[in-house]
Amino acid sequence: MAKEFIKGNEAIGKAAIMAGLDCYFGYPITPQSEIPEYLAAEMPKVGKVFLQAESEVAAINMVYGAAGTGIRVMTSSSSPGISLKVEGISYIASAELPCVIVNVQRGGPGLGNIAPEQADYFQATKGGGHGNYRLLVLAPDSAQEMADFTMLAFDLAEKYRNPVMILADGCLGQMKEAVEFKKTVRKEYNKDWTIGRGEKDHKVISSIDIEPEKLEQRNLKLLDKYKTMEKEEVLFEEYLCDDADLVLVAYGITSRVARSAVELAREKGIKLGLFRPKTLFPFPKKDIYRVSQKAKKMLTCELSTGQMVEDVKLNSHKDTEVYFYGRCGGVIPADLELLEQAQKVLDGKGVRF
Amino acid sequence: MAAEKVIIAGFGGQGVLLMGQVLAYAGMLENKEVSWIPSYGPEMRGGTANCNVIVSSKKIGSPVISTPDTLIALNRPSMEKFESSVKKDGVMIYNKSLIDVEPKRSDIKAVSADITNIAIEMGNTKIANMIALGVYLGITKVVKLESIMQALKKMLPERHHDKLPLNQKALEKGMSLVA
Repeated sequence: MAKEFIKGNEAIGKAAIMAGLDCYFGYPITPQSEIPEYLAAEMPKVGKVFLQAESEVAAINMVYGAAGTGIRVMTSSSSPGISLKVEGISYIASAELPCVIVNVQRGGPGLGNIAPEQADYFQATKGGGHGNYRLLVLAPDSAQEMADFTMLAFDLAEKYRNPVMILADGCLGQMKEAVEFKKTVRKEYNKDWTIGRGEKDHKVISSIDIEPEKLEQRNLKLLDKYKTMEKEEVLFEEYLCDDADLVLVAYGITSRVARSAVELAREKGIKLGLFRPKTLFPFPKKDIYRVSQKAKKMLTCELSTGQMVEDVKLNSHKDTEVYFYGRCGGVIPADLELLEQAQKVLDGKGVRF
Repeated sequence: MAAEKVIIAGFGGQGVLLMGQVLAYAGMLENKEVSWIPSYGPEMRGGTANCNVIVSSKKIGSPVISTPDTLIALNRPSMEKFESSVKKDGVMIYNKSLIDVEPKRSDIKAVSADITNIAIEMGNTKIANMIALGVYLGITKVVKLESIMQALKKMLPERHHDKLPLNQKALEKGMSLVA
């Protein structure tokens, strides 16, 4: 199939329609506004719903309502907008409803700026909202994966009846690359739990359980689900890790820069490798352990002051040295900069996390 | 060709973003790996704009370019900002119609072209970007002229297709400057 030259944000919009998106609810914010822009133009053409809500809070609650009927629903935003949505996300996770949430991260905290950052890792993978819940978090590294992971996200959301987040960043959203849109077969999942189908029996979808024992059971059921995800849904990529003296760990746009740093290093005979988590929850714990045991030194690179590095440290072999290098505020490090940091670590001058 | 990395920079309105997209699109049509990133700050007409384009025969790592093989500077602030980043023995194409300073570096190949004035002579300042792209193609031969024309045809809405011949002339003019 012919490739399309398309922005990462638009690739998400197009892939969502191909995946059978029925309703999109959102509120504009840079650097993700091309998603609602694309869907505003294209959804009516296929007889589907595009709605610009009055706020992020309204949009996520519309997602909650629509998801209860078992149709395919999506919302998207960027960092400050996602913060506004997290209450609703917690409700949706508790009510076990499938939906896709896109976060094209920007600089923070607060209003921050519109440049790319990866400082919403904690929010995405550890909760963000209240209560014992997890999102399944996918981290694309290219316009191609923006498309592929969007299609995957709808399937995973229905498979687990759980919100799935696509955690991208402003750079991935704004850049254009060649994308092949691969039509996938839509999997059908049990929809007995849905409401609004004109059936006589009374169903209630809610996140409230007054009795502590019942709420505890709900929590444990959720935990079971998250454990299954950890067993079955881990995705990652390894690049030249086998003989590496130092493995860089990075996701999203930073992993692209890290890949270049690895290539530059290899040209000079320096043995660097790259480990790239594609799912941030479930985090590739076992594989980090395996790679860390062999490499002895790991350097986590992020557009943050140090978030994913906590998971890398937690899951690395006890004798492995874990280092961190981050830029933030919207600054993307150069490949040479990462190479220089890697060299420092190899020379014993790196900053241990 | 492993990877050709180019930074294209100028005033907002000079068509630098479109020029980069046409180049990347043409690369895609030749089955190469491509990436394009715009500067997307709170930009405005008259401000500076730039984009990073990579056309490569293998998978592209960082789409953000730290040391470009080529810089195309359509105005003075762009040359002053990016000249120092160009790879040693790399190329800098600069628009002498709007740049009244000389290049500082002697370890790169600096190519001056009277881009804006030629565009005015050709009757349309808007084609300055295609003249610059022609100069670039003439020097680097990253993609074929036919691929650029095919890309333009696909990217421009049909109501602008009557401008395709003028764009082709501009590209050819640019190429002839460095032939």
